[in-house]
Amino acid sequence: MDVCRLAATDLACRRGERLLFRGLSLTLGPGEALQVAGPNGTGKSSLIRMLAGLLRPFAGSVERVGAVGLLDERAALDGHQPLGRALAFWAKIDGGEGAALAGLGLEPLLDLPVRYLSTGQRKRAALARLAGQGAPIWLLDEPLNGLDRDAARACEALVADHCARGGAAVIASHQPFALPGLRTLALPGFAP
Amino acid sequence: MSALLAILHRDLALLLPGGQRGGTLLPLLFFLAVAMLYPFAVGPAPDLLARTGGGIVWVAALLAAILPLDRLFGPDVERGFFDQWRLRGIAEEAVVAVRLLAHWLSFGPPLMLAALPASALLGVHGETLWTVEMGLLAGTPGLAAIGLMIAALTVTVRGGAALAGLLLIPLAVPLLVFGAGALSTGGRSGLALCAAMSLALVAIAPFAGGAAIRAARET
Repeated sequence: MDVCRLAATDLACRRGERLLFRGLSLTLGPGEALQVAGPNGTGKSSLIRMLAGLLRPFAGSVERVGAVGLLDERAALDGHQPLGRALAFWAKIDGGEGAALAGLGLEPLLDLPVRYLSTGQRKRAALARLAGQGAPIWLLDEPLNGLDRDAARACEALVADHCARGGAAVIASHQPFALPGLRTLALPGFAP
Repeated sequence: MSALLAILHRDLALLLPGGQRGGTLLPLLFFLAVAMLYPFAVGPAPDLLARTGGGIVWVAALLAAILPLDRLFGPDVERGFFDQWRLRGIAEEAVVAVRLLAHWLSFGPPLMLAALPASALLGVHGETLWTVEMGLLAGTPGLAAIGLMIAALTVTVRGGAALAGLLLIPLAVPLLVFGAGALSTGGRSGLALCAAMSLALVAIAPFAGGAAIRAARET
C-alpha cells in the first residue's frame, strides 16, 4: 500500500453561529487508527468531512498524502440497481478487481435492488465499496450504525486488516470500536 | 478517462427515454400534449395554425425543458455520489460536462423527432418544418445548458423544481427570440445567432454547474 499520512493543524469548525471545536491537531501515519469520540452534535461528522476535504475548515489546515476513502450515512449506490451492478459501477471507476465481499455476507443480496436493502445491509454494501476502492486513508463516520453484532465484528475486522496492511483509519463513533492499538480523541475536550 | 466513460454510461442509462430515473418520457409526452391542445384551443383554421404552429412548437419545447430539471443533480448529491467522485479526484466540472452531454442526448434529438408529429398536427410543413428542426438543433443544447446550471444552483433549495422552472423561462427568452424568430424572418442569421448562444452556454455550463455543486456542500 502507498505511503499515507493525514495531519490536521489547529482545526476549528463553525456550524451556523456556533463554534463546535477549535485548536484540534492530529497526525496519523501508516498502520495507525484513531477514534473520534463524543456525544451527538459535537462535530464528529464535520471533522470527518474536513479531513476528507469536503468541508472548508473555519480555521487551520489539513494535509493529506494518499487517497482518501469515505464511509458515511450515504451509500452512494443507485436505488433501482441490483446491488451487484451498483457496486460494479464503483469497481469500474476505481479500476480494482471489484469490491471485496468477503466476510460481509453480501453474496445473497447481489441480485436485490439497493432500495430493498435494510439500513444495515446498505451499510455493509458501502463498506464493500470502501474496501474495493483501495484508498490508504479510511474515514469512517459512525460505521457501526445499523449493523448487527456479527456485521459489526466483520467491520472491525475489515478496519484491523486495513491497518495491518499499512493503511490509516479515522473512526468517528459514539460507540466503542474494538481495534488493537486504537487511539481515542475526545472531541468535547476541544469545545470552546 | 475510463471513469468518465463509466459515469457517462450511467448517466445515459438514467436519463435517456425509458431510462431508470422515473419519468424520462414525460417531457416528450408533455411536448406532444401542448402541440395537440393548441388546435383545440384556437379552432380549426389551417392557415392560422400553419402560420403560428412553428412558434408553438418552440414554446412547447421550452416548457418541456423544465420537466427533467429536478432529477438532474438532486438525487446524486443526496446519495453522496458527488462526494465520492471528489475523493477519487474527479472534478465536479467533468461530471457536469458529462451530464450535459447525457442530458442533451436524452432531450434534444428526441424532441426533434417528436417535433415531426407535432408539426403535422399543426399543419407545419415544407420549408417551415425544416427551419423549426434546424432551430431546435441549434437551440436545444443551449436550453439543456441553462437547465443544467439552474438545476445545479437550486440543488439544495427546498421546492427547487418549481423555482427552477420559473428561472428557466426568462433565461431562455433570447434562444426563443432568435430560434423562433427565424421562422418569420426566414434566412439563416437567426439560427446562426441561436447556435452561437447555445455554444457559449454549453461552454460555461460545466464551470458554473461545478462551482454550484461545490458551494452546495458548504450549506
